[in-house]
Amino acid sequence: MRLFRALLHLYPSSFRHEYGEEMARLFAERRRGAPLPRRLALWLEVLGDALATAPRIHVDMLRQDLRHAGRTLARSRGFAAAVVLVMALGIGATTAVFSVIDRVLLRPLPFAEPQRLVQVWENVPGYSRLEPSPANYRDWRQMTHGFERLEAYMPNPVNMIWREPERVAGAALTADLLPMLGVQPSLGRLFTPEEGRLGGPASVILSDRLWRRAFGADPAVLGRGVRIEGSTYTIAGVMPPTFYFPDRDTELWMPLTLGPEWFEDRDNNALQVVGRLKPGVTLEGARAEMNGVTAALEAAHPKENAQTRATVRQLGDQVSQPSRLLLRVLAAASVCLLLIACTNLASLNLARFGTRRRELSVRAALGAGQHRLTRQLLTESLVLSLCGGAAGVALAVPAVPLLARLVPTTLPVPDATVLEPRVLLAALAATTATGLLFGMLPALRFSRRVEAAALREGPRGTAGGRERVRPVLVAAQIAASVLLLVGAGLLLRALHRVQAIDPGFDARGVLTVRTPLPMDRYQATAARGAFYERVVDEIQALPGVSAAAYTSFTPMVMRGGIWAIDVPGRTAGAPSSDTHTASLRFITPGYFHALGVPLVRGRDVSRGDTGEAPFVAVVSESFARKYWPDGDAVGQRFTVAFFERLIVGVAGDVRVRGLEMPSEPQVYVPHRQIPDGWMPFYAPKDLVVRTAGDPVALVPAIRRILREVDPELPVSHVRTMEQIVELETAPRRTQAAVIALFATAALLLAGVGLHGLVAYGVAQRRREIGVRMALGATPPSVVGLVVRESVRLSALGGAAGLVAAYLVASRFDLLLAGVPAADPATFIVAILFTGVIAVSGSVVPALRAIAVDPSTALRAE
Amino acid sequence: MTSIDPREVDGLLPLPPATFHILLALAEGERHGYAIIQEVAARTNGAVRLSAGTLYRSIQRMLEQGLIEESRERPDPDEDDERRRYYFLTPFGAAVARAETARLTQLVRLARASGFTTGKA
Repeated sequence: MRLFRALLHLYPSSFRHEYGEEMARLFAERRRGAPLPRRLALWLEVLGDALATAPRIHVDMLRQDLRHAGRTLARSRGFAAAVVLVMALGIGATTAVFSVIDRVLLRPLPFAEPQRLVQVWENVPGYSRLEPSPANYRDWRQMTHGFERLEAYMPNPVNMIWREPERVAGAALTADLLPMLGVQPSLGRLFTPEEGRLGGPASVILSDRLWRRAFGADPAVLGRGVRIEGSTYTIAGVMPPTFYFPDRDTELWMPLTLGPEWFEDRDNNALQVVGRLKPGVTLEGARAEMNGVTAALEAAHPKENAQTRATVRQLGDQVSQPSRLLLRVLAAASVCLLLIACTNLASLNLARFGTRRRELSVRAALGAGQHRLTRQLLTESLVLSLCGGAAGVALAVPAVPLLARLVPTTLPVPDATVLEPRVLLAALAATTATGLLFGMLPALRFSRRVEAAALREGPRGTAGGRERVRPVLVAAQIAASVLLLVGAGLLLRALHRVQAIDPGFDARGVLTVRTPLPMDRYQATAARGAFYERVVDEIQALPGVSAAAYTSFTPMVMRGGIWAIDVPGRTAGAPSSDTHTASLRFITPGYFHALGVPLVRGRDVSRGDTGEAPFVAVVSESFARKYWPDGDAVGQRFTVAFFERLIVGVAGDVRVRGLEMPSEPQVYVPHRQIPDGWMPFYAPKDLVVRTAGDPVALVPAIRRILREVDPELPVSHVRTMEQIVELETAPRRTQAAVIALFATAALLLAGVGLHGLVAYGVAQRRREIGVRMALGATPPSVVGLVVRESVRLSALGGAAGLVAAYLVASRFDLLLAGVPAADPATFIVAILFTGVIAVSGSVVPALRAIAVDPSTALRAE
Repeated sequence: MTSIDPREVDGLLPLPPATFHILLALAEGERHGYAIIQEVAARTNGAVRLSAGTLYRSIQRMLEQGLIEESRERPDPDEDDERRRYYFLTPFGAAVARAETARLTQLVRLARASGFTTGKA
């Protein structure tokens, strides 16, 4: 008999509860007194029966429940719409944020065994991640044993000419780097060992994007030659569209071959080094080994490698601390919103259950079993939440690209998208869990009550015990929305603070254009000088242009370009923890005027500062202050970029590294004071033009001038300086906007929740209110009665929210840009908003309460 | 049960054989599950033996469709097993049974007119 009962578990539980007992008895009756062979036959029969009918019963019931749910929900469209909307907001926000976080933080890089891939930097005082020099890299390779491979690459932007000249972000890789990542080309081949050797055949591998854009996706380009930087390279292969390395922008790869001159200077910090750990070697093991190796190298080269250690990190573990924090804040905010949505759902369901109890009790009385009703309630809740979840995913689809702008594009992974199994599954799981959990709440309540009790209550129907759960839920909602509100407020204040930071230049009316000069034709300093002078002269002749100049790199676009300096008597004896480096720029005359950097003392560089004239430099105020704190820097000498130079001017400080990062002191050198072919990386290529009018209007004229001077020159990065500065705060703006959006949604939800609760209370207390009014209560006192509850909950929730906000904010001070976590203005605004919620949540119910006609309220019983 | 909507009746036709048999078995009064099985077997000379799963699946559906209802009054307190559940035909169920009978009769008439008579396959 026990076996038979076990068999019954094949049936849906509500069916089993209804009929299991009967079926068991039926079985027992047939079995009674039967001989063994007949018993066996009976067993076979019931087994077959169960297998045949149980699945059909499951389907029957599902269909019935769905039909029933559809009918019930069609009858209460307002409720259904509210639930779908609430769910859509909660699920939409979490799904969108999850898909970005999944892509950026959780998912491993799309390479073979990515957990064994590491990146290695030099670690020196002041810079924990400095590009290793070729000489050190070569020694690391020879001295370490924990790495299966240690490969190197260098970002290598190039001028490529196929049909038209084009500037392409490329990278030079050691030949074994791609095999180390475990990737395969979609067309052609990777580099051969010969191609990786110095003087070997020149070849390139194209990204799928470049192959489609510049080569029309023509497979026949394999093996053909393309002009790059004046030489011809054979196209060896095309990578698949999902391959990115080292970052999303790189579209072309060529072998990295370093001549002996690269290995002469151990301070030539030029390479990026990536490695694959041997199986079984841990990150800590690799760090310990690198520590030993770099210590030995310091002993061998005490001057160049002074205090030089190594930083070893997992490849892909390069999402910066602020970005991580930012994502975490977003995740917390979206979870907050989901929780608010959930409490709202629970609240909605409870309220609706209150009005449905009678219906359910009647059905129970008519013979619908407890399990059957519970199941139907759950089905209803699931149908609604699945609709809401689908709507939420639909909301998340367009939101993800916006959110993705919050994280840097440097990660070598494809774009985040919602439409992907992992994310959709997560959304489905969240939706189902929410639906089950909050559908369960009323179902549980129902099963706790005696059905008949509701029937006996008569037409009052909804009057049950005092609501205890809903007030708590509403207060929690208010707390969470106040938390989000304060978060949004603090982030907005931080954004304004960052936007108010003086970049050190005047961005208004400035246009920047990049024209990298191909070094095969412009290796001679004089050739470059002739180009700059002709271009600058012609542009300055354009109407409205007040200044034009070339520089090595525009600030905030290129944040590096740091060079060691030597100040006689100041740098030698100084403590070695002090770094003596500067942000070095080669410029043409008029640069300070064009960018709007004040020249504090002395003079600008001039056309007279040629290779034959005395070598000079202009330094920033911070540089002058650092080395000549109590004297005049003008007239002093120091060494930078291989020569001793005389300081002729002092300019204002520029935030080269961006608005929120400390920048090195700046040094500007006249572009002609460098021998032919030296430091090509620093050869001026960014044009800066200041105009009185709209800078964008100048673009066609500037393009025409550049084409006339050199038709083979690629023109790129056409942007206004204002756009560049705006990019600095773009992540903050998006973040503040997203949190503000979340906060608004949360406030709305909390308002709806509060309104529902208060309105429900008024409906329940109609009789009491009627009696009070009949006894002479004035409308204001009735309003007070209604509003009191609302104010109490708002105050409670608001206070909890403010405390939580302070605690959270003080942990995220990195994102606050110096705005105190307990910023009074933000908190006052949040308190005002809480007041607004309290009032708006109770206005309509209060009006309804005054409108109660005592005689009808009393007669209604 | 005030009036019976003919469209609702037609919507349920044709009836699954088990449902029709159960309706017929309940024609003479209320019965519990095992009695229904026995009655159907007796009426068909043992040709139709409803399995427990089929029976209760049908009962569940028929309850939902309003063809039958569960009885609250027990026939005779002495011989009634308190835990047994009894079912009876609703007026709607009777109407559906009649409609199915009419449908089948019509079908048989058509078959005869086409020259199919019993004994002549």
